[in-house]
Amino acid sequence: MRLLIIEDDSDSATYLVKAFREEGHVADHAADGLTGYAMAEGGGYDVLVVDRMLPRMDGLSLIRSLRAQNDTTPVLILSALGQVDDRVKGLRAGGDDYLPKPYAFSELLARVEVLSRRRAAAASAEPTHYKVADLELDRLTRKVTRAGEDITLQPREFRLLEYLMRNAGQVVTRTMLLENVWDYHFDPQTNVIDVHVSRLRAKLDKGQAVPLLQTVRGAGYSLRVEAR
Amino acid sequence: MEPRAGAASTTPASAGGAAKAVAKGAAKVPAPRSALFRSTAFRLTLLYMGVFAIFAAFALGYVAWNARSLIEDQIRQTIDAEITGLSEQFRQGGIRRLVTVIEQRARGPGASLYLVTTPFGERLAGNVEQVPVGLLDRAGESEIPFSRNGEEQPATRPAVAIVRVYVLPAGFRVLVGRDASERDRLRAVVRRAGGWSLGVVLVLGVLGGFVIARRILKRVDAMSATTLSIMSSDLKDRLPLAGNGDELDRLAGNLNTMLDRITVLMGGIRQVSDTIAHDLKTPLTRLRNRAEEALRPTATPEDMRRALEGVTDDADNLIRVFNALLMIARLEAGQAREVMAPFDASAAAEGVAELYEALAEEAGASFTCAIAPGVTAHGNRELVGQALSNMIDNALKYGRPAAGGAPAITFGLARDGANVVFSVSDHGPGIPPEQHSRALERFGRLDSSRSQPGFGLGLSLVRAVAQIHDGTLDLKDNAPGLSVVLSIPSARSQGEPDGR
Repeated sequence: MRLLIIEDDSDSATYLVKAFREEGHVADHAADGLTGYAMAEGGGYDVLVVDRMLPRMDGLSLIRSLRAQNDTTPVLILSALGQVDDRVKGLRAGGDDYLPKPYAFSELLARVEVLSRRRAAAASAEPTHYKVADLELDRLTRKVTRAGEDITLQPREFRLLEYLMRNAGQVVTRTMLLENVWDYHFDPQTNVIDVHVSRLRAKLDKGQAVPLLQTVRGAGYSLRVEAR
Repeated sequence: MEPRAGAASTTPASAGGAAKAVAKGAAKVPAPRSALFRSTAFRLTLLYMGVFAIFAAFALGYVAWNARSLIEDQIRQTIDAEITGLSEQFRQGGIRRLVTVIEQRARGPGASLYLVTTPFGERLAGNVEQVPVGLLDRAGESEIPFSRNGEEQPATRPAVAIVRVYVLPAGFRVLVGRDASERDRLRAVVRRAGGWSLGVVLVLGVLGGFVIARRILKRVDAMSATTLSIMSSDLKDRLPLAGNGDELDRLAGNLNTMLDRITVLMGGIRQVSDTIAHDLKTPLTRLRNRAEEALRPTATPEDMRRALEGVTDDADNLIRVFNALLMIARLEAGQAREVMAPFDASAAAEGVAELYEALAEEAGASFTCAIAPGVTAHGNRELVGQALSNMIDNALKYGRPAAGGAPAITFGLARDGANVVFSVSDHGPGIPPEQHSRALERFGRLDSSRSQPGFGLGLSLVRAVAQIHDGTLDLKDNAPGLSVVLSIPSARSQGEPDGR
């Protein structure tokens, strides 16, 4: 994955570039809006990570300008403001995701990976059928089976599993689940999501030799066959 | 027509006079400080004087106009009487008699003006030398310059007379007129009086206005000085009240109330910063200790890993607290008003209920929902969701019955007139009424809950959400237990600007 990080704070930019490279991604850095815009325009990036407040051209204008040129590269907005109205403004300007500062790198990584994957998948139509190992989900019949056996899920559990399967193999964080499954963007301050995930896990993995729903320490969850 | 023109001409003249006098008045003020010209006292004086002068000019103009009308009416009556008399003479004795009478009358002192002509305009008798061409052809009243027989015409201003032409039965014309100089003298007198009185008015206006303005502003200055000294001290002093309840007294009273409020707010800030110092120091210290632990020379990689994981958790918690604090501050500052829109309150409540049901069950609590369907509210779904989440979270944390046993939580949504009412009730120990306001404060954890995890921001965030929705947050006794009731309007209130 090729990333462009447009961030004026050199410390956090250096940290991000280093961390993304360690994760095996290619990360470039631009220290101001105009440079970032020129680099992004050059193209070839899978995801742009854009700080909202930038010298020479602010983040939202940068995104608007890119979108005006039909550049659809996914953009994740980083913002120190981090309130409801800022999120709305950011998404309205053409951002695809929004992460308030301070954030955990694991959260940023998970979101960026999902964005990049979503872009790759956007070319083809959303599949109606997901399959991870012996777990299958049919979006049309709303039927879920594991090793051929039916699993009965509540509507919300179904949406939770659907989201996990769409992003199978990726790490999804608790906030991402709250945002995408419950459509809430606040901090629930407790482990509500954990409870729902562990209930789903009980239904999926109970009595199975290979657990599929993994907890990723300090980050979130991932639906995949754990590499041994 | 004429009188009105006269009155109209008085006003601009006096206004011009006023402007001149203003300039003079300003120059007369001794040792002008530049601040004086900018001062309210000076401006008030000007205004006072201007208004005074305009009123005086109007009053004088009105009097002059009335007096003038009176004089003109008298002149006309005299002329009418003379014409009646002369017509009578003509009827009795014909033109000869008329000519004789007129010649007699014209000789008397202070006589009126007379002229008799044939139908063809030839002069028969009278004391008027010349009349404007064509005047005699029209019957009726007019005003002409005149000179009597044998009198020198004054060079500067011709005397003016009001005259009337009357056509006698045989076609003879009679002109009778009265000298109108009396009226013109009155005009001159009024003008002189006007000039003087205006002068006096202006001088008095400047003095009076200045004195009055100074007197009032002196008190304002005194208040301003006192306020400054209060600000430079520790806000303990208050403005003195004169006790007469006038505007300035009320202003001073309001300023005092404001100072009281500032003191309360400062106290709140001090209290919050004390609590921040206390409540955030603990996790920060723990975080530091863990980092130190990882740095110990004897630490194994496993120790380091565990310590760093702990550090990350601590940091995440701190970030949460700061985010919550920031959110409260921004809500209280009234930001985020622009994201208000109608939303499905029932669906929002159900979403949150669904989110927490599992958690409640896990905690062994009973969770009952009474959510009215199809209720819409005006506001921000996210913020309301956050508030509801805090309310339920709070009930789960503190709603355990004192007697032991599992918490029983009731979550409700109902429409109440123009409001949408969300409520979360528990049967826990509750909060005594005298501590209700404290429970809503930032970091306002009651001592009884200090041992529980949490930062005491939950309910103050809910209150901030209520405030920004123009709604209310009430704590009620659930006998036993606590009932937290959040009420927000179901539609945008009238006065609110279109938020988008």
